[in-house]
Amino acid sequence: MSRRLGFYLLLAPLVVWLGALLIIPHIELLLTSLQVKVKPRVYEFGFGNYAAFFTEPLYWNTFARTALMSIAATALTLIVGFPISYYIAKLARGRSRAILFVLCLLPFWVSELVRTFGWMILLRETGVVSNTLQWLGLSSGPIEFLYNDAAIMVGLVYTSMLFMVVPLVTTLESLDDSYIEAGYDLGGNGFAVMREIVIPHAMPGIVTGCIVVFMLSLGNYLTPILLGGKDSLWFTEQIYAQFITRFNWEQGSAFGFLLLVLSSLIVWAGLKLTGQTLGQTVGRG
Amino acid sequence: MTPESPVAYDLECRSLTKSFDDFVAVQSIDLAIPAGSFFSILGPSGCGKTTLLRMMAGFVRPTSGDILIKGRSVLDVPPNKRPVNMVFQHLALFPMMSVAENIGYGLRRRGVPREDIARRVEEALVRVGLPGSGGKRISQISGGQKQRVAIARCLVLDPDVLLLDEPLGALDLKLREHMKVELKKLQHEFGTTFVYITHDQSEALVMSDRVAVMNAGRFEQVGTAQDLYYRPATAFVAAFVGESNKWRGKVETADAGRLTVLTEDGVRIAGSGEAALAAGATVDVFVRPEAVALSRDAAGIASMANRMDGAVASVLFNGAASRVLIKAGAAQAEIDVALPQTGEFNDLAPGQPIHFGWSDAQTTCFRAG
Ligand SMILES: Nc1ncnc2c1ncn2[C@@H]1O[C@H](COP(=O)(O)OP(=O)(O)O)[C@@H](O)[C@H]1O
Ligand SMILES: [Mg+2]
Repeated sequence: MSRRLGFYLLLAPLVVWLGALLIIPHIELLLTSLQVKVKPRVYEFGFGNYAAFFTEPLYWNTFARTALMSIAATALTLIVGFPISYYIAKLARGRSRAILFVLCLLPFWVSELVRTFGWMILLRETGVVSNTLQWLGLSSGPIEFLYNDAAIMVGLVYTSMLFMVVPLVTTLESLDDSYIEAGYDLGGNGFAVMREIVIPHAMPGIVTGCIVVFMLSLGNYLTPILLGGKDSLWFTEQIYAQFITRFNWEQGSAFGFLLLVLSSLIVWAGLKLTGQTLGQTVGRG
Repeated sequence: MTPESPVAYDLECRSLTKSFDDFVAVQSIDLAIPAGSFFSILGPSGCGKTTLLRMMAGFVRPTSGDILIKGRSVLDVPPNKRPVNMVFQHLALFPMMSVAENIGYGLRRRGVPREDIARRVEEALVRVGLPGSGGKRISQISGGQKQRVAIARCLVLDPDVLLLDEPLGALDLKLREHMKVELKKLQHEFGTTFVYITHDQSEALVMSDRVAVMNAGRFEQVGTAQDLYYRPATAFVAAFVGESNKWRGKVETADAGRLTVLTEDGVRIAGSGEAALAAGATVDVFVRPEAVALSRDAAGIASMANRMDGAVASVLFNGAASRVLIKAGAAQAEIDVALPQTGEFNDLAPGQPIHFGWSDAQTTCFRAG
């Protein structure tokens, strides 16, 4: 009897956490999103807010663009993060390894806002990069690097790097060197060893990292707005606009709920496509 | 190569040396292994065996010296191009691949056509006694089966030399005994040259055509199992290979290798050693337990050069490997004697008086150092 009680007591914080922060707000969100305004202050039950998303091209175009950019940012983070992780986990020794890890961590010691302003200082028309290029004579006038998709991409990759590197380093560290050596010993070149031994072993880390980075990018607000400017067309911006600018909480809730459902669908499709399951990923990674 | 050496060596090392900073792990090793033989390197943990093997495989670059495979230097050949394969200490079977995919890995790297791979993998599985197991996961097969898959994975590539780094270390005793015989059989069937490293002398002695005993980065002696056991070249080999009674003493008289030694316990022993040993030299004296004959009376051992009497201290029964410990001499030192299996001494009990003796030819003396 007391064992059961202990179990429930241990479970309680988790239940409170999930209930208060996740389930209750989302139920509320769902209920709100199903209220359609018919007259000022008069609402009735209906799917009108969801219909608006699919009938208004701006909305779903923005969502598609956000999803595609997030997928691209995830892929780019993986491409940049994998060699770094491999170096940290397998090639670096002792001190240099600790230093490299701290270097990956360093950006997170300042707030996201300050970090993003840092990028703005570098990239704006009167910024460091533009001035340097002019000073070197490589450009005749000031260049604006901000407010385009590339700037958003740079910001997203930079912000996400740690969330890719940590799971990758963890899984790569668990790969015994003798597997890599056996891969070479039996006639494999570097590419074959990577493809047949290292990457299959690192798959749980890759999947974990990709899910986290994708979700963070999709739900990011500051980076796309600040680096992408007015025309960044990020979906979170639409949600913000509905809630704050237009005071249309019903529409905003519908968007919020759609973001949750659609992003889950994309993650699910990604797992299916790579033949992974969430259980084995989280269990091993 | 000299004209009078037509023997084809699969693997040669010439003054091979490896230093890590100022620590010399492998020191000036010379060896030549004839084609198709089973060569073992036996030595205690940390003596440099793995380092030596990894130099042969190409994972460690020698500090100096040369490695030749079939007469050609392979120093500049990377591991994936060397005609040698390695069975790793913990086997390193790829867990994400099936048994067949593991064995086919090397063939795929060589670009062998798919249907040939399937056929050769199944052939290899048959030869190691695991027909039809290709579809299993690595986690589904037993320890002994893993050994065989690891060996098949290498032998399917038909290497000039197969390197094995203590592959039986992780097995339990019974399976290890079984795999010893199995390995020797596999080597014989495939006719591949095996270089086998181990710290377990019985593995080395049972399986090998020739054994090198290694200590602190050097080879102490290279020879057949019988050479090492009956004619050890150094005190280290005498102590490391097989069991021995050991005394330390001073040479009293020396006559062309026939010595009399007075031990620190005050026992006078007749033995043999190298001719250079002169009176006054400090020596270690080794006598194997099975070289000692037991007798109930003094007459029974009258012909032996060394004769002693004492009392049985204890009988260590272990079937065919049973021993008697006898307390003898002024110091009452314990002497380890093999119990003959003729039945004559089956009634020995602690406290009984006993005579024992051994010949001077089976008493090996080495300069203590
Ligand atoms: N990469 C290395 N750096 C420094 N010392 C090493 C290295 N590899 C091995 N050693 C040292 O060389 C010695 C021999 O090691 P090893 O060849 O593994 O011995 P064995 O296989 O006989 O147990 C050990 O003392 C070990 O600490
Ligand atoms: Mg070793």
